[in-house]
Amino acid sequence: MRERLIRLGFTSGALILALGVTALLISMFDHSPIDVLETAWDGAFKDGRRFSAVVNFWIPLTLASIGLVVTFTAGLWNIGIEGQMIIGAVCASWAGLYFEAPSVILIPTCILLGAIGGMLWGMLAGLLKLRFGVHEIFGGVALNFIAANIAIYFISGPWQPPEGGSAQSTPPFQAAATLPRISDDLQFNLLFLLITIGAIIAIGLLLMFTRWGLTLRAVGKNAQSALLLGVRTERVTLSAFMVCGALGGIAGAHRVLQAYSSLRPSPAGGIGFLALLVVLLISFRAWWVPFIAFALAAIIAGSTRVKTLLQLDQSLAGVLQGLIVLTILIFNGLADRLTRKDHHE
Amino acid sequence: MQLKNIHKRFGQVHANNNISVTFHPGRVIGILGENGAGKSTLMKIIAGYQPADSGEIWLDGRPVNYHDPRDAISHGIGMLQQDPLDIGAFSVLENFVYGQSGGILLNRKTSRQQLIALCQQFNFELDPDTPVSQLSIAQRQQLEIIRLLGLGVKVLILDEPTTGISAAQKEQLFNTLKRLAKEQNMTILLVSHKLEDVLALCDEVIVLRAGQLVGDMQMPTTKAALVELMFGAQIQPVKRESRLQPNTPIVLDMQQVHLHDGRLDIPQINFSLRAGEVIGLAGLDGSGQALFMRACAGLIKPHAGRVFVKGQDLTGQSYHQFNRSGVIFAASGRLEEGLIADMTLTEHIALMYEQNTWINWRRAHQFTQRQIERFNVRGKPDDPIQALSGGNQQRVLMGLLPENATALILEQPTRGLDVDSARWIWDQLLTKNSAIIYSSADLDEIMTYSDRIIVFYAGRMKVIDDPHQVTVSDLGHYIGGDFS
Repeated sequence: MRERLIRLGFTSGALILALGVTALLISMFDHSPIDVLETAWDGAFKDGRRFSAVVNFWIPLTLASIGLVVTFTAGLWNIGIEGQMIIGAVCASWAGLYFEAPSVILIPTCILLGAIGGMLWGMLAGLLKLRFGVHEIFGGVALNFIAANIAIYFISGPWQPPEGGSAQSTPPFQAAATLPRISDDLQFNLLFLLITIGAIIAIGLLLMFTRWGLTLRAVGKNAQSALLLGVRTERVTLSAFMVCGALGGIAGAHRVLQAYSSLRPSPAGGIGFLALLVVLLISFRAWWVPFIAFALAAIIAGSTRVKTLLQLDQSLAGVLQGLIVLTILIFNGLADRLTRKDHHE
Repeated sequence: MQLKNIHKRFGQVHANNNISVTFHPGRVIGILGENGAGKSTLMKIIAGYQPADSGEIWLDGRPVNYHDPRDAISHGIGMLQQDPLDIGAFSVLENFVYGQSGGILLNRKTSRQQLIALCQQFNFELDPDTPVSQLSIAQRQQLEIIRLLGLGVKVLILDEPTTGISAAQKEQLFNTLKRLAKEQNMTILLVSHKLEDVLALCDEVIVLRAGQLVGDMQMPTTKAALVELMFGAQIQPVKRESRLQPNTPIVLDMQQVHLHDGRLDIPQINFSLRAGEVIGLAGLDGSGQALFMRACAGLIKPHAGRVFVKGQDLTGQSYHQFNRSGVIFAASGRLEEGLIADMTLTEHIALMYEQNTWINWRRAHQFTQRQIERFNVRGKPDDPIQALSGGNQQRVLMGLLPENATALILEQPTRGLDVDSARWIWDQLLTKNSAIIYSSADLDEIMTYSDRIIVFYAGRMKVIDDPHQVTVSDLGHYIGGDFS
């Protein structure tokens, strides 16, 4: 109990500090922090359209984050999440471009292919680690690079528009691949929203109540002990990569279907890396993912507005995010020290 | 150097209990003691790797206070680790220089001359420009010794320096150490399990047992006298009658097995374990028992030869396969290999026994409660495992062993337990009717519970088929390498 209070105190302290420093920075550029805050709030929530932008950013971010909760629980630094999203996007794009079917079939096919592509790409990182001893961070960085180049190859090669490629994008997807929106106000897709919420609940429950979840935790905390307690550690590791990859792949599919309706270079757009931050911030607790992801999505949407209205650079959002992450990590470290000291006494 | 009333506790273990001793310059002093007697702890305290809980260290008649190894070196105390702490990619010269005081720019020329001079002085053949990764262990030790000398060390601590080096290299090392003591009036502290090393090199020994200083002895002396000091008063234990029936089936069979790790080589093992048989492994730490036991459980793959479990060839298979055939391994490092820190008792039980997709946490919780009562664990089902004392962790580990295993491979199953708890654990183990291979640092325990005993010394094995034919002091001799 005491420990929780300390943690809560430290986390809110960190947030306040980060906001304070940002406010200070804003004042230094002769702007009122209050104005900026109001503008940012408007930018994220003023009307349905702006709110929809937040949600459409939130969906892939949450999917990738919840996938990373799985790999982090198994003690794996799945830096390759970005590449898993890209391959998911590429696979979904194939169906979006060439698989002729009515919407009801086409869109689920896009999602499924995205999931499979991401899963296989995640499995590759796992196999590199298990069979060849390549640490997942290095394997992940390499696979991200390869994935990005695969996307570029398709865009400027086999899938380039008939009028000649500019290497900027493939032709637009078939009309049937356009994601239906809930309404003119709420411009996001219900299926993806349900998949995302379902993924949060499913992963949360799987981690808490199944043997798989327990073995993930055991391997993450001490793989050698887990092995001796009868866990097939290699399988567990591989499954974590595959589940995370599949969720990342779905996130990638959402990116191409929702944001561009075509495949463009770097379809993941750094969301995978942002998801890594989300998961670090919440120390791998699944239930917190949607909230933190939402906050980050709102900050990003809000700061776009700040840029256009107040001529403040959009990188302000990046500064704020960076500050939040840093302060929370530092404060978490301090809280760790404090609570550990308690245990000793 | 004087130590005054040094105390160090790790949790419930009193690793160093009120140790006071004086080390004189110009002498080589052996530090003897069984596993866990507190030798390494004491040396780490002296070398600044960890602080004592209480007590003082005096140098040249005044108390000193230092906080880390660097600080200790500046007071003239250096330690040669079992694995030399050098940096592989660096050259000999670069390793020699690091740690030396001075400006940002290294004075390579002076250092090179100093290095060459020291090498000549001790007849070390070290080329300043060779990367350390290409040196043998003996050469890396030599480098570390002259590095510490270059830093002005007056007290040199060596932890098991003769593991992994050849007889000729050992000879050279010992000559060097003797010269350092006699010519440079240094104090040399030698931690070793190997009695013949101590006999060959030391001017005196001190012996630790269970954290206490139990004796010191001037050389020359005999191996038997040292063994007696190390293992305590020799009481003949009551031997268990063998339960073993003739013609019981073989459950684990090793044929022409060759085991090897970085330091140790066990060239040929032909060994079979019968159903229900209890085999005790004796030997000083690092003599091959750990390697042998891990090979029995499939955790180490043999270089050559075949391993059969219940007639089935499992050579090179995973631990999981051995597990399925009923071979269970429990390591001595509980929180490193065996238990999982930050997980609760119930979670451990669930990991072992809840094999269905969905875990029945209620059932796991109840079962944990029952095991806690049965194994007399002081702890609650929801306690994280690391909150328990070492002895209670050991009981939990025992509670995790399945009832119907074919063979249990147990590394030091009663380590850190008092006599009563140890006896109780054994009662539990023996009712399981599994075959058991276990290691122990307690010779009485080995004598009491084993149907057969295997003594390990530097990768060699001596099998004693009938424990009734040997005494504890015989075992002591075997452990010291006297197999005749």
